[in-house]
Amino acid sequence: MTALAADTARGQSIAFRLGVAMVLILVLVVLASIVAATRFGQAASDETFDRLLRGAALQIAERVSVTDGRVRLDLPVSAFELLSLARSDRVFYRVIGPDGRTMTGYEDLPLPRENAGPDAIYDARYKDTAIRAVKLTRLLAERSMSGQVVIVVAQTTRERAGLAASIATNAVLIIAAAGVLLLFLALLVLRVALRPLARVERAILKREANDLSPIDVPAPEEVAVLVAAINRFMGRLESRIEAMQNFVADAAHQIRTPITALRAQAQLALEEKDPERLNRLHRRLYARSVGLGRLADQLLSHALIAHRADTAARETIDLRRVALEAEREIRAVSDEAIGVDLPDEEVWVDGDPVSLREAVKNLLNNAAKHGAAPITVAVERHDGWASIMVHDHGAGIPEALAARIGERFTSDGISPDSAGLGLSIVASVAAMHGARLARRTGEDGFAIGLEIPVAQP
Amino acid sequence: MRRLVLPLAVLLAWPAGAVETRMPPRGEETQAHLVIESTTDFVIFEPILLAFQHQNPGVAITYRELTTNEVADDVTAACEEGRFVADLVISSSIDQQLKLVNDGCALPLRAEARAGLPDWARWREELVGLTFEPAVTVYNRAYFEDRRLPESRFELIDLLRESEKFVGKVGTYDIESSGVGYLFAFQDALQASTWGRLVESLGRNRARLFCCTADILDRVADGRLLIGYNVLGSYALQRIETDDRFGIVLPDDYTLVLARAAFVAKAARQPELAEDFIAFMLSAEGRDILSSDMRLLSPIDGAKRLAALAASAAADPQTLRPIAMTPALLVGLDRAKREIFLEQWRAALPAGAVTAGEE
Repeated sequence: MTALAADTARGQSIAFRLGVAMVLILVLVVLASIVAATRFGQAASDETFDRLLRGAALQIAERVSVTDGRVRLDLPVSAFELLSLARSDRVFYRVIGPDGRTMTGYEDLPLPRENAGPDAIYDARYKDTAIRAVKLTRLLAERSMSGQVVIVVAQTTRERAGLAASIATNAVLIIAAAGVLLLFLALLVLRVALRPLARVERAILKREANDLSPIDVPAPEEVAVLVAAINRFMGRLESRIEAMQNFVADAAHQIRTPITALRAQAQLALEEKDPERLNRLHRRLYARSVGLGRLADQLLSHALIAHRADTAARETIDLRRVALEAEREIRAVSDEAIGVDLPDEEVWVDGDPVSLREAVKNLLNNAAKHGAAPITVAVERHDGWASIMVHDHGAGIPEALAARIGERFTSDGISPDSAGLGLSIVASVAAMHGARLARRTGEDGFAIGLEIPVAQP
Repeated sequence: MRRLVLPLAVLLAWPAGAVETRMPPRGEETQAHLVIESTTDFVIFEPILLAFQHQNPGVAITYRELTTNEVADDVTAACEEGRFVADLVISSSIDQQLKLVNDGCALPLRAEARAGLPDWARWREELVGLTFEPAVTVYNRAYFEDRRLPESRFELIDLLRESEKFVGKVGTYDIESSGVGYLFAFQDALQASTWGRLVESLGRNRARLFCCTADILDRVADGRLLIGYNVLGSYALQRIETDDRFGIVLPDDYTLVLARAAFVAKAARQPELAEDFIAFMLSAEGRDILSSDMRLLSPIDGAKRLAALAASAAADPQTLRPIAMTPALLVGLDRAKREIFLEQWRAALPAGAVTAGEE
């Protein structure tokens, strides 16, 4: 079933299209050849029969003589035997003497147009039939006679048309036969040329469902490109699946510990009778569940960023807007006061607004938890780079943690309260935007953020 | 026989010499009327016309008999005006017939009306040869009883040169008045170099010239002439059946053969019937009639039948030279050419030698 569907798709997509294109081209070529063959046949036939006409006219011209002051013509039989070679064509002739009168022959046989020159070959109609005629002029230069004798010899065009048709027919038959043969060979070649595709198809169909290793099939250049593309795609697919599996494992690991702790404290609370200690336990339970909520939030945020890195469409966005939205979302869930420092003009970067917002939110959360107020988010622009930085007046990130930014967030020892997970998300966003993760420690505190190349307008 | 034959001179459109014979249909009523214009005597064509009517009882036939020039002029005029004169035109003057066809005065024939004809006996799909008539030399049998016969033109020339006995005793056609005579003479001039010497010999012997075949045969039979040159063989072969006073020689250097030419006129009223008649003449039955009664023979099997007929005259079919129906025949009709040819003829045979056909 699958193989059949694949066959149909292949037939329509390449062999069928190429076949149709080849047939169309061949038909065009054959049609053009027919036109050419017809013209060629006509020309060849004309040349042959015009030679007969001219030969006959020359023979007649040779027999013009002047005797006793009179022009005489002794019509040669050979001239007419020559014309009789065109077996079924009627023959007309006319000889005009120096006085302009028709000496012999058909008196009304048409002459060429005036400007045709002394010798001409032309088509005309005579006695309701198409004729081809040749006109020869012979100058007389005798003592007793000068002037010219005009000889016109004409023939109907049946044999000439017959020969033209037969030449053309033969040529067309040969061309058509060659065309059919060519088509046949072309289809054969097409089949041979497309064979590597079938090989690739078989190689893919033969695989196990979860085998995503690169296909290794010998293929010509064009097909190798396709195979390489498939392999690249499968590589991405594999890394995605691996990331997904890692995330699931990490998330499970990350969440299991706080939940266990939460459950233990909840159990303690159930057994505690002393109201004061119970109250303390309640507060601790609350703090734990807030931390757990943040952890879940961060895990999902990380998953979102990892997903968007591959799929989100890039757009040109104003970095100020990212800062404002991040600030607003933080404000919605906490009481922390955050300052916003923005330039007056837009700061355009190419990127994914959702990912950037998540990154800034993580930085703000870290600042709120580990740093010291006041916290400010600032957007700046300088030398082709746009920066979005979060300031606080704390001590900054410990060096041990800073060195591990960018490692997988699951590293042991990073608690839900730690800044590591948030920084890991920021690092991912930076990587997907081709941005730098910038840190500054100064007298007035600590700043961390992203430096992103400015979008080319 | 209920057949009614009405020979009559038609005074209206046709030349004074025209004799028209009307053959009513064999059946009760006339379904179609075939008009034939021909140069052949009615009596010669009568058997085949009757046989055709026997096959087609509803057909009435008008058979108009004219000289070759009259047929040519009549048909040419009618053709130019697009007027009807006859359905079928038959003439022994095949050059004139060919010119009429060349001028577009004929209709194409269907294939069965041309079937079996050799190439020389047809032109286009329009002109067909119906008969096979050799040009023969006739001689007075009594005179040549114990003398050697001139079997070829060379021998004839020698004979005429070496003896004074033939002065005034040789006859041939007057080519100025006889279409067939002119055609044969013109073809002779083309065929061989003997023509010039032959004409010279004829002139020296003051050959007598006649318009018609019968005049020559009469005189050779009764001894007024000893030799008749280039006589139409069909007449001679027919007459020799009943007249043993003369003999026939088919010259063994070459023997010209003429096929009476026929075509269906462009303005024919009964073109299909005319074609039927041509097909009938070329059919086995038609060929038998042409060959037995009239000795006209047929282009299809004429050579074979002639060999059988003229066995005594030692005919060799290899020497038969049929006059081919091609546009080359137009040359003989050319005004200037004819003038030149006749000039040469008159120079050799001065006016004194010319004898009127009828005495």
